[in-house]
Amino acid sequence: MRHLMSPLDLTVKELDQILDLANDIEANPQKYAHACEGKKLATLFYEPSTRTRLSFEAAMLNLGGSVLGFSSADSSSAAKGESVSDTIRVISCYADIAAIRHPKEGAPLVASLKSGIPVINAGDGGHQHPTQTLTDLLTIRSMKGRLDNITIGLCGDLKFGRTVHSLINALVRYPNVRFVLISPEELRIPDYVREDVLRKNHQEFKEVIRLEDALPELDLLYMTRVQKERFFNEEDYVRMKDFYILDKQKMELAPKDMYVLHPLPRVNEISVEVDDDPRAAYFKQVQYGVYVRMALILTLLEVKVC
Amino acid sequence: MLSVGQLNEGVVLDHIQAGKSMDIYKYLKLDKMDCCVAIIKNARSDKMGRKDIIKVECPIEDLNLDVLGFVDHNITVNIIQNGEIVQKKILSLPEKLVNIIHCKNPRCITSIEQELDHIFFLADEENEVYRCKYCEEKYRSSKKK
Repeated sequence: MRHLMSPLDLTVKELDQILDLANDIEANPQKYAHACEGKKLATLFYEPSTRTRLSFEAAMLNLGGSVLGFSSADSSSAAKGESVSDTIRVISCYADIAAIRHPKEGAPLVASLKSGIPVINAGDGGHQHPTQTLTDLLTIRSMKGRLDNITIGLCGDLKFGRTVHSLINALVRYPNVRFVLISPEELRIPDYVREDVLRKNHQEFKEVIRLEDALPELDLLYMTRVQKERFFNEEDYVRMKDFYILDKQKMELAPKDMYVLHPLPRVNEISVEVDDDPRAAYFKQVQYGVYVRMALILTLLEVKVC
Repeated sequence: MLSVGQLNEGVVLDHIQAGKSMDIYKYLKLDKMDCCVAIIKNARSDKMGRKDIIKVECPIEDLNLDVLGFVDHNITVNIIQNGEIVQKKILSLPEKLVNIIHCKNPRCITSIEQELDHIFFLADEENEVYRCKYCEEKYRSSKKK
């Protein structure tokens, strides 16, 4: 039995198999419509996350399975003081697979150690969010046709942005990926990503402040939101939140085949006028999130569809 | 030099960094052991200038040397039998530490689930870096801090 705690739990080959499966699901959804009939997914969300939870639920429903679970710690037995280990032991008797989101880092790993069913980490604090990374990789591969030989710009909050760190970790395993890290001085990537991931892997990267300077050379632009909850004072947040706003004018500087991704939700970092640009791929990315979760559920449940 | 009686059977921990013997006393849980323990602080040393020494009168199996490897793997462990040194043990950094150090990350699951063991894995031997099994919080041994 396998679990998914981090995108790096999967080898590049396994990752490619999941992405291939997701693309096949996209092309032939009917073929998979009954693949998980009789199977149940438990969504154990100890903190609210409507988007991720609904994506998991949609994925299981698309596969003909059913879902059960809770969407906040208050409505679970955690409110009565039950440990994560005990909860997963109980849930293992009700469901065939579980997706767990928890505000505490490592909680899904604790669950996986006691679980009788496969566990998927659906986000644990600022630590890991592997299905977002799988979503990003599927989107990049589907839009550009490859994961190697790309120049990707990562823009916004690179300091606290968990999705950015995770995506860098996943992409350094592919050859000839160049990173352009676009952020204000205060929100640059943490040292451990720069040293332990980029420099250690001899990865080509540069750090710039102006988005306009970076745009012409990019194959992909990954925008992120400046998260209010990460700032101790309102003044800093207000100053940072408007630092980058991608609008129609800036998009004119970008190549015709440069796609824009965003893990969503956005606030104002991508102007709504960009939504109609054919290069805006962030809503398509949400759809890919469902496909890749379907592929992951099938893989972990070892369901084969001929 | 201060003279402490010779051990007949037990362990002599030599070349302890001066002033660190009480930390080791604590890590080895010597306070909980019912055996004779001698601690020598600030002994003169050609190699180190000053050093601490601990003599413990107990079988080697009773001591968790993994902990010692973590605290300071430069410590010399002499195993004594019939009053003679029969073996010098070489210490290395242990691959895994269980309940030796505690994760200080307030966002780690161990901060709310008290029954969980605090487990750290050796992530970078050269820099003596350990990481929490659950949240991957970094812990660097005191010598490298």
